[in-house]
Amino acid sequence: MELSENTLFIEDSLSLSNAKSFIEDALILLEGYDQERLEINLDRLGYLDSIGVTALNFLQEKMSDKGLQVNFSGGKEDVRKKMEIFSLHDYSVPPKARKHSFFEKVGDGFDTLVRDYIASFIVLTANVIFWSVSDIFKSKRQRRGEFYNQAVLIGVNAVWIVGALAFIIGLVMALQSSAQLRDFGANIYIVDLTVIAMMSEMGPLITAIVVAGRSGSSIAAEIATMKVTSELDALKTMALQPVRFVVVPKMHGSFITMPFLTIIADIMGILGGMFIAYVSLDISPQVFINRMGDTLYNRDIFIGIIKSLVFAVLIVLTGSFYGLRVKEGAEGVGKVTTTAVVVSIALVMVADSIMGLLFY
Amino acid sequence: MSPSNIIEVRNLSAGFDGREVLSDVSVDAPEGEITVILGGSGAGKSVLLKHILGLYQPREGSIHILDQDMAKLEEKDQKELYLQMGVFYQNGGLLNSLTVGENVALPLEQHTDLNEELIARIVQTKLQLVNLPGAYHLYPSQLSGGMLKRAALARAIIMDPPILFCDEPGAGLDPISLASLDKLILNLRDQMGMSVVIITHEVSSILRIADRIVFIDRGKIIFQGTLNEALKNNIEQVYQFFEMGRLFPIDDIK
Repeated sequence: MELSENTLFIEDSLSLSNAKSFIEDALILLEGYDQERLEINLDRLGYLDSIGVTALNFLQEKMSDKGLQVNFSGGKEDVRKKMEIFSLHDYSVPPKARKHSFFEKVGDGFDTLVRDYIASFIVLTANVIFWSVSDIFKSKRQRRGEFYNQAVLIGVNAVWIVGALAFIIGLVMALQSSAQLRDFGANIYIVDLTVIAMMSEMGPLITAIVVAGRSGSSIAAEIATMKVTSELDALKTMALQPVRFVVVPKMHGSFITMPFLTIIADIMGILGGMFIAYVSLDISPQVFINRMGDTLYNRDIFIGIIKSLVFAVLIVLTGSFYGLRVKEGAEGVGKVTTTAVVVSIALVMVADSIMGLLFY
Repeated sequence: MSPSNIIEVRNLSAGFDGREVLSDVSVDAPEGEITVILGGSGAGKSVLLKHILGLYQPREGSIHILDQDMAKLEEKDQKELYLQMGVFYQNGGLLNSLTVGENVALPLEQHTDLNEELIARIVQTKLQLVNLPGAYHLYPSQLSGGMLKRAALARAIIMDPPILFCDEPGAGLDPISLASLDKLILNLRDQMGMSVVIITHEVSSILRIADRIVFIDRGKIIFQGTLNEALKNNIEQVYQFFEMGRLFPIDDIK
């Protein structure tokens, strides 16, 4: 480029590859320019692309900001045409939305919590419980095989992982306790410790955490994807209740299988404790089982099953709630899935504490 | 490779799970022209496009773009070749976590050292070209289907690539938006010398912009030639396709 009196001649080509250096060079060249008018001549310009056009407009604006009157002149027909088509005469990036004040944010957050979370969760819970109960008596309304599918997905497929984890937890719990019990000569109490802890606390909790991680996430992801891809809208416009069609079979499936999973976890955890009792404290399985008969009450088994049913409801409701709340596309599905798992595990813990206090 | 062809596909065969989708397909896309790939649903158009883009490996045959064999390119060379292309996907392909402005700016930010101010201006120019000047700070989830497509087109042309691929750009657009999109594509060809390969079903759009027609039927090329040749030929499927756009009597459809 060349500056001659009040005319800047642009030469060769101006495109993506040299737009940056062009602007830098031009601004340096025009740094001490003290005239009122500047003409940018395009006669010597061979090739120009749309980014080159933007660079020329950018230079024009920069010089206009300094109070200069800047005009373009000359140029071959194709250059002039490109300047006409690709010029952005009214440049303004739309302003970002106004930032809210602290109090507005607090008020908005509280409103969202009450309306979007608490009220919606209560409505969903009411809907799911109503349809779950009423659909038991209307078997024709249910899709054939769906209860079986959900029971397999949520319950049966989790048997191995729940069993293995419960065995390890029972084993570790007994191992950690055995040293202390041996010191006090209270070896036989390993049975009480293992059985009561597994039946009323650890069994239901381990099962709930595994199911929340496995099935809670998949429920949230499935429902969120269905919402993003308008499948839920399609159900609604086919006069089908999305909650009833999608959530209720999951509720039935988990409600029936969770107690069985919990019982499996209880048994596996006790087996783990029994193994350590035999290896570490010389308590034979026969003695362990005899002592278990004295320790284990129906009440503990019942508490464990009640807990598992509450956890089943919480996990399905939380997964469905967050799945239905998805707002964006693929990213939104990921977000609600993560939130659903975290919240459902937290709710399981809170519910476990409350029931622990109630049944103490 | 003929010097005037920017894309040459030779004897391409492709299939999935034992099902043949493309059979012995050969396609030419001349430089500086708009090549339209036509065909019924499931004919293999999108599979052909994905092979051309190097997203699928050909089972048989070869694909040359700008004189380079896509299948034999090393990763670095493939990246260089991708910088010569703009690709518009049927469902937009915008990143949901970024605003429209950030989406459109992404290639410039990643592949050039232009300053932010200039990039913002280039983005706004492209958004204006696709008639979306107010969408800079919006997220893709806040846009309608037609707006998403236009934003995706702005991203595809942000680097002024010599080749532009479009998979059904006009679907879901109103006639006025479609006409302005056609005008933009014609401007890109005429002013920028861009070579454009489009998959579309919009007959009105094809009649306005196409230089060359490639017609696929059940995985085979049954016609390849200029728009005028396509309109005058007597291959039944091609004839029906264009006549359908002129309200072909329903009883005459076989």
